Amino acid sequence: MALDELKIGGMGASRRRVEDNRFIRGKGRYVDDVVLPGMLHMEILRSPVAHARIKSIDTTAAWEVPGVRLVLTGETMAARNLAWMPTLSYDTQAVLATDKVRFQGQEVAAVIADDPYIAKDACSRIVVEYESLPAIVNPVQAQDPNAPLIRDDKENQATNKIFDWEIGDKEATDRAFAEADVVSTVDLHYPRSHPSPLEPCGSIADYDRATGKLTVYMTTQAPHIIRAAVSLVAELPEHMIRIISPDLGGGFGNKVPVYPGYVISILASILTERPVKWIEDKSGNLISTGFGRDVYLQGQLALRKDGKILGMRMHTVSDHGAFYADAQPTKFKIGLMHSTFAAYDVPAAHLTSEGFYTNKAPGGVAYRCSFRVTEAMFFQERMMHAAANDLGMDQADFRRVNLVKDDMFPYRTAFGFLTDSGQYGKCLDVALEAIGYDTFKEEQEEARKRGKLLGIGISTMTEPLGAGNSREYDILGIKMFDSAELRVHMTGKAILRTGAKTQGQGHETTWAQIVAHELGIPADDIVVEEGDTDTAPFGMGTYASRSTPVAGAAVAMVARKIRAKARKIAAHLLEVSEEDIEWELGRFYVRGNEERGVTIQDCALAAYSNVPDGLEPGLENVAYYDPPNLTWPFAAYVCKVEVDPQTGVWDVLKFVAVDDCGVRINPMIVEGQIMGGLTEAYAMASMQYITFDEEGNCIGSNYMDYLLPTAWETPGFELHEVVTPCPHHPIGAKGIGECATVGGPAAFVNAVMNAIEHTGVRNVDMPLMPNRVYEALQTGQNVSGMPPVKGD
Amino acid sequence: MYPSRFAYDAPTTVAEAVAILDRNGGEAKVLAGGQSLVPMLKLRFASPERLVDINNIKALDYHRLDPDGTLRIGALCRHEDLEFSEIIKDSHPTLAQAAALVADPIVRTRGTFVGSVCHADPQGDWAATMIALDGRIVAQGPNGRREIAMRDFVSGPFTNALAYNELAVEAVIPPAKGKAVGGYLKLERRVGDFATASVAVALDMNGDVVTRAGCALAGVGGKTIDANEAISVLVGKTLTAESIEAAAEAIADAADPRTDHRGSADYKRHIVKTFVTRILSGIARSEQKAA
Ligand SMILES: Cc1cc2nc3c(=O)[nH]c(=O)nc-3n(C[C@H](O)[C@H](O)[C@H](O)COP(=O)(O)OP(=O)(O)OC[C@H]3O[C@@H](n4cnc5c(N)ncnc54)[C@H](O)[C@@H]3O)c2cc1C
Repeated sequence: MALDELKIGGMGASRRRVEDNRFIRGKGRYVDDVVLPGMLHMEILRSPVAHARIKSIDTTAAWEVPGVRLVLTGETMAARNLAWMPTLSYDTQAVLATDKVRFQGQEVAAVIADDPYIAKDACSRIVVEYESLPAIVNPVQAQDPNAPLIRDDKENQATNKIFDWEIGDKEATDRAFAEADVVSTVDLHYPRSHPSPLEPCGSIADYDRATGKLTVYMTTQAPHIIRAAVSLVAELPEHMIRIISPDLGGGFGNKVPVYPGYVISILASILTERPVKWIEDKSGNLISTGFGRDVYLQGQLALRKDGKILGMRMHTVSDHGAFYADAQPTKFKIGLMHSTFAAYDVPAAHLTSEGFYTNKAPGGVAYRCSFRVTEAMFFQERMMHAAANDLGMDQADFRRVNLVKDDMFPYRTAFGFLTDSGQYGKCLDVALEAIGYDTFKEEQEEARKRGKLLGIGISTMTEPLGAGNSREYDILGIKMFDSAELRVHMTGKAILRTGAKTQGQGHETTWAQIVAHELGIPADDIVVEEGDTDTAPFGMGTYASRSTPVAGAAVAMVARKIRAKARKIAAHLLEVSEEDIEWELGRFYVRGNEERGVTIQDCALAAYSNVPDGLEPGLENVAYYDPPNLTWPFAAYVCKVEVDPQTGVWDVLKFVAVDDCGVRINPMIVEGQIMGGLTEAYAMASMQYITFDEEGNCIGSNYMDYLLPTAWETPGFELHEVVTPCPHHPIGAKGIGECATVGGPAAFVNAVMNAIEHTGVRNVDMPLMPNRVYEALQTGQNVSGMPPVKGD
Repeated sequence: MYPSRFAYDAPTTVAEAVAILDRNGGEAKVLAGGQSLVPMLKLRFASPERLVDINNIKALDYHRLDPDGTLRIGALCRHEDLEFSEIIKDSHPTLAQAAALVADPIVRTRGTFVGSVCHADPQGDWAATMIALDGRIVAQGPNGRREIAMRDFVSGPFTNALAYNELAVEAVIPPAKGKAVGGYLKLERRVGDFATASVAVALDMNGDVVTRAGCALAGVGGKTIDANEAISVLVGKTLTAESIEAAAEAIADAADPRTDHRGSADYKRHIVKTFVTRILSGIARSEQKAA
């Protein structure tokens, strides 16, 4: 008899997260929990100013503090060719500043001491003489012909521009605009935000001169890529480097890049021959590590009177900070921005992009999104909202006319992506029904009598996940695929390792469920391990919602390899030929004689005790999975808000989320991902951003200014599901880690705009803080969020 | 967190605490709930040589009403004690409303009312209520006690009128002349956020006539704004649309906000006016209902 899949914690089981056992008991093991014998502590001195020439650095007083073992500056790093390091986007980034500081918070010196108090004391005794330079805090300033050149360290860099890039068909798009009845435009800024994991970044470098081996405990989402990067930067052989990423307290993209702190701690360990621990503080994390967004999005839609979209133009201007250190597939200068409008049938499209250096922290990372698709989808849904208004059409009707229909798959987008499946119209219908779309107008009237303004906002989108197929996606030439290794022990228990790295997503729970589904081994009998490059198979790590689409597929594939071998063993045990064996969950049996069978556990035992002649003993294997395509989940988010016109304060009355992420492995975890993503979407829409004043001072460098929403103000979310399995993924999953962060913000913003656009205002930049909403209501004018922030 | 090195004392009596402060000649700092001081230590904005932790002085852990209606809040009374207090619930509406808006629920379990007033943050909530209620701080020094009127207590941003060797042992709020009504409204972007603008109003009423009016503002000036004079236009009057409008105008004029990332000066002034109007209209409505 086949096993009951839900009982063994297989596919579809809302199994409790196994990792939570240790987390809720305070037994997680984060980098900062690791203590090595003889360990020293490192503290980084950061620049207080955004742009200045370094005239001198005097470390004498720091060396004099008792307990100080080493003081490093750009000069000492330069002597070992480590003052600069390559970025993931073929630029260079200062490790410790030599010539200039280029953003507030930049790493200037480091002290290594017996304890962190001493290190901090000594840092404050380093005297740095700065000669200040004007700071550039937005791309408009960066383009000014009189602007100072930020990257005067680079040859052939005469301006502050980093790149020009384009994709799409310009002529076809121009033709579409020539034929249009109506042309609609938007002009938006997606403000700089920060992934802000609760655990900041850190590392413990432990160089053993006797063995020549370097072990680094590190907060990284991509240990194998880091191993390669460290090998290149530190010029150490790759087999002598072991990266261990223990429990991570969140990542959200922040823990993909290589940061100066990691590199400095490694050099410090080599020089002192002692383990060196560096743990960033929260402000250090917010002020210097990989940010998200900071892109200006301008666009136009060519429209026919009946609502059909004929063409789309988009221009992005992106602010990358002082070093172009974006973490993204190499080919795409502005990530997967061209995935915009993938959910809609758009005949012609053209995208142009420009990137600029500014005096702000570097490292555009995909903050909980697949390489800038958050900006792409936000632009798309704000553009859709504006276009429906310009046409005088209902928001839902306008989307229905243009969404890709179920029978159009596989569908090739104007920018060349291939989407494979979906029920877009159905998702929208479920969402509208749940929010009570039909009666909204009456509600709005009634509220007006109470002096309140109601608004409703829709966001429908698909996004490309699972980078990627190796034909198109690589980072610094390393192809993007992933891996899993499964070792089934004699007693039928197993250990699974992958090249991904969980940061809270629950891989230890979910991967075991995939194995349970494929092999019938109860999920509780499978332990999952990730993050140690000496034991895990090579993988590209976890970000861009790629774990389930890529590593998760590898897990299914390796389990299938195991099953294929177990089938041979079963035939041997049952004394029939392999062709006469049937499989049901957890068991092989003889065709036509269901009683005669052996369990997968029987096969595991036999693999170590009774293998047929000619078959290798053991039951272990590895699978590498190179996905044939990206996966494309779909979501329809609808939000209803109430605005207080006297203060600009707005409240969410109801939020409905309909997600189609294909087959759900663990529905509870999926719902948790959506809830968390919507919370972050709400944060960005309502309160969260990093901005700068005229001098380049970072506003948002601590949690009094950079606001994370709490359970107190976060609205409730009503979740619904539609399931369209992915046709090319082994278990039909599409990925869910980021849909809500990507698609959510536009739903909130469209709702607030809907409530106030009777004044004539077309756009208020995020975050929609009460003062901005009030200003829009008073003036009927757009409110720009471009820094510098206004001050007295 | 890695503050500078400091010595630590935890006396159990006020006399002992004052003696330690006195001995250290300005180099010691009082530690109450720690919700402002500890962040300052962490950032090394404060690097005192010695901390005098008053949490073991159990005699300071109280708030009570005297028979004449005077409210006394001891230096260890936490924000949370006031939030859930049965004592002030009806008698002190301004305090009761503010209590639930100070910081977040976690901070409220530790932070103290008196500590907040001493900290004199221009965005702090309690100092505003104290000014509106015409409160006093009782300071204990080596040579005895003195009372400092709240309007003289906050001398600037993060500075108060205490001498280095004085401990604030108690906050005193005088009894209302007639019926105490009032309210507290705060514009915050998130729970635990400091005020973008907030308004404390406290009125004493005799029938429907205002006999005393107090008002103070947080977040809209370099220090807590004393708007008592502005609101005095209400004294001797009833609450009507006209008198409310006049008071709201005068109070908004008393605000001295700055434009920053939380909003323009004009916006903050507008919020002050809106909140004053809302509090006073709310009072007028409930007084009408009661009548
Ligand atoms: C996340 C967060 C959010 C917050 N939000 C708000 C908010 O929205 N509104 C608000 O008003 N406050 C807010 N606060 C501050 C909080 O209310 C503090 O509790 C309060 O400001 C200080 O009280 P305390 O008891 O913690 O004092 P401490 O931090 O212990 O001390 C503060 C200062 O007062 C001095 N001091 C304390 N007690 C005495 C005494 N008895 N005699 C003499 N000197 C004394 C100390 O030496 C120190 O200089 C917030 C704090 C945090 C951490």
